[in-house]
Amino acid sequence: MTSTLKISRLTKRYDSVEALREVSLTLEPGMRMALLGHNGAGKSTMMKIILGLIPFDGGEVSVCGGAPGSAASRAQVAYLPENAAFHPALTGEEQIRHYLALRGESTAQAGELLERVGLGHAARRRIGTYSKGMRQRVGLAQTLIGRPRLLVLDEPTSGLDPVSRRDFYALLDGLAAEGASILLSSHALTEVEARTDRILILSRGRLVASGTLPSLRQEAALPVTLLVTPAEGRAKALAAALPGATATADGRLRLDCPQADKLAVLARIVTALGPQMADLDVIPPSLEDIYTNFSHRDGS
Amino acid sequence: MSRILATAASEFRIALRNRWVAIATALMVLFSLVLAATGAAPTGDVGVDPLSVTVVSLTSLAVYLVPLLALLMSFDAIAGEVERGTLPLLLTYPVSRLQILLGKLLAHLAILTLALVLGYGAAGVMAFITDPASITALPSLWRLIWTSVLLGAAFLGLGYTLSSLSRRPSGAAGLAMGLWLLFVVLYDLGLLAMVVTDGGGALTTHVLPVALLANPADAFRLFNLSAAHAVAEAGGIGGAAHAIALWKSAASLVLWPVAALFLAWAAFRKVTP
Ligand SMILES: Nc1ncnc2c1ncn2[C@@H]1O[C@H](COP(=O)(O)OP(=O)(O)OP(=O)(O)O)[C@@H](O)[C@H]1O
Ligand SMILES: [Mg+2]
Repeated sequence: MTSTLKISRLTKRYDSVEALREVSLTLEPGMRMALLGHNGAGKSTMMKIILGLIPFDGGEVSVCGGAPGSAASRAQVAYLPENAAFHPALTGEEQIRHYLALRGESTAQAGELLERVGLGHAARRRIGTYSKGMRQRVGLAQTLIGRPRLLVLDEPTSGLDPVSRRDFYALLDGLAAEGASILLSSHALTEVEARTDRILILSRGRLVASGTLPSLRQEAALPVTLLVTPAEGRAKALAAALPGATATADGRLRLDCPQADKLAVLARIVTALGPQMADLDVIPPSLEDIYTNFSHRDGS
Repeated sequence: MSRILATAASEFRIALRNRWVAIATALMVLFSLVLAATGAAPTGDVGVDPLSVTVVSLTSLAVYLVPLLALLMSFDAIAGEVERGTLPLLLTYPVSRLQILLGKLLAHLAILTLALVLGYGAAGVMAFITDPASITALPSLWRLIWTSVLLGAAFLGLGYTLSSLSRRPSGAAGLAMGLWLLFVVLYDLGLLAMVVTDGGGALTTHVLPVALLANPADAFRLFNLSAAHAVAEAGGIGGAAHAIALWKSAASLVLWPVAALFLAWAAFRKVTP
């Protein structure tokens, strides 16, 4: 099976800014990849290059086996721009019909597509009267046209309410299960953490980390946090027995330990202090911690 | 082809909602009826039916109004998409830039044709009511319609070119008005000045015909006036029509839309969203 998207040593300069520098990545069928990075890191720039909207200065990009923006790749790639905009005078249904026609699909599917993104009730209203989230859903609906092999989604959940976000990721799961590759950018780390297979972190145009969440966790080597809840009346004794711990506001004790020592420390605490504890939680570093760690490594 | 038609259908719908169809039609009908009313008044001319007179005045009107309508409809075509932010997504679809332009052109031409047919048609009906003999002048009305459509197509293409070059609707609107002034007003003033200072010399006999053919608005006027054998009535620059064969002005009218579309395509291809 060939990769849906292959980028090697991609470099892009705007007059004074180096927007992307030697970025490489590979996206396989069925894979959901999240692109993270601070504002101006180069996420949207990379997506526009993949779609052939803007030229690049160095490296190689292959989209579904063709050049970015070629007729063959455009037929297989769906895009959701950062700020999806549509003509305000058209209704949602008319706009989707237009996009269906441009992809050579039957325009009769428009209603069903809008239904899938929860816009069925507003299909006959002009887009000019839509809320921001509703416009975003029109954008999502058009990415579902004609079974694309690659979906490039620039901040797809921005403007969506929490329930719609869940529905949206469920939709993505379905597409990925059917073999579509998904590249999405986001600033909402918690949702990305649970719903994607690969994570890419860009910082000032350079790729500072890439891999699965567990592999990034390992690479970052951030400490694991143990939260100990003392048993009735044992708080003082427990604090004395765990000199490295700090007390939290809700009366629990917080202990950081290196990833590698986690099991040893746990075993020691449980055997020695078991009866004095009411509960023990192990909290791995969140994607937010990992993200912060990688983003700050290059001294920014 | 289906992509061009889909684009045209969308554009037509948008123009309908933006009242462009209504505005263009109302303008054409209004002006045509005013001219028809004045043309129908007894002029003392013997043997000239009211429609022939009306067609001559409609020709003079169309030289100004058709390019204006075409530019007003087209200046926003690309710049508007850039400003609304709808262009990047559109360009990721499997549709070529030429197809997008052709779709817009088709929709705008349809609107223009509708306005012209209704406007000129109203004038024709009015002339016929005044004097049923007007029916003999029907071919000249038909000629006026199709040449007006070609004139409109030329300026639609030029409008798309400006729209692509400026990338901002306000800038494109300014350029479009400048272009209109240049082609429709200043160009003729310049030629008039040339003829007056030259006094029937080499410039008038050699440069003037070429200059007239090079401007679609002048070619339009030439073609209709000489075809209607109405040169004498028009006088002035129209007198030059004697020297120019009918096929030449017809060729200019046909070539201009093609050239303008090509220019628009070249300019649109340079637009990065
Ligand atoms: N047309 C342009 N001309 C000049 N510089 C640009 C242009 N577009 C983007 N840049 C610069 O390229 C860099 C990357 O921008 P990009 O839009 O890719 O960031 P991003 O990661 O998408 O940020 P955000 O999270 O805010 O959307 C920024 O420094 C930006 O200023
Ligand atoms: Mg961005």
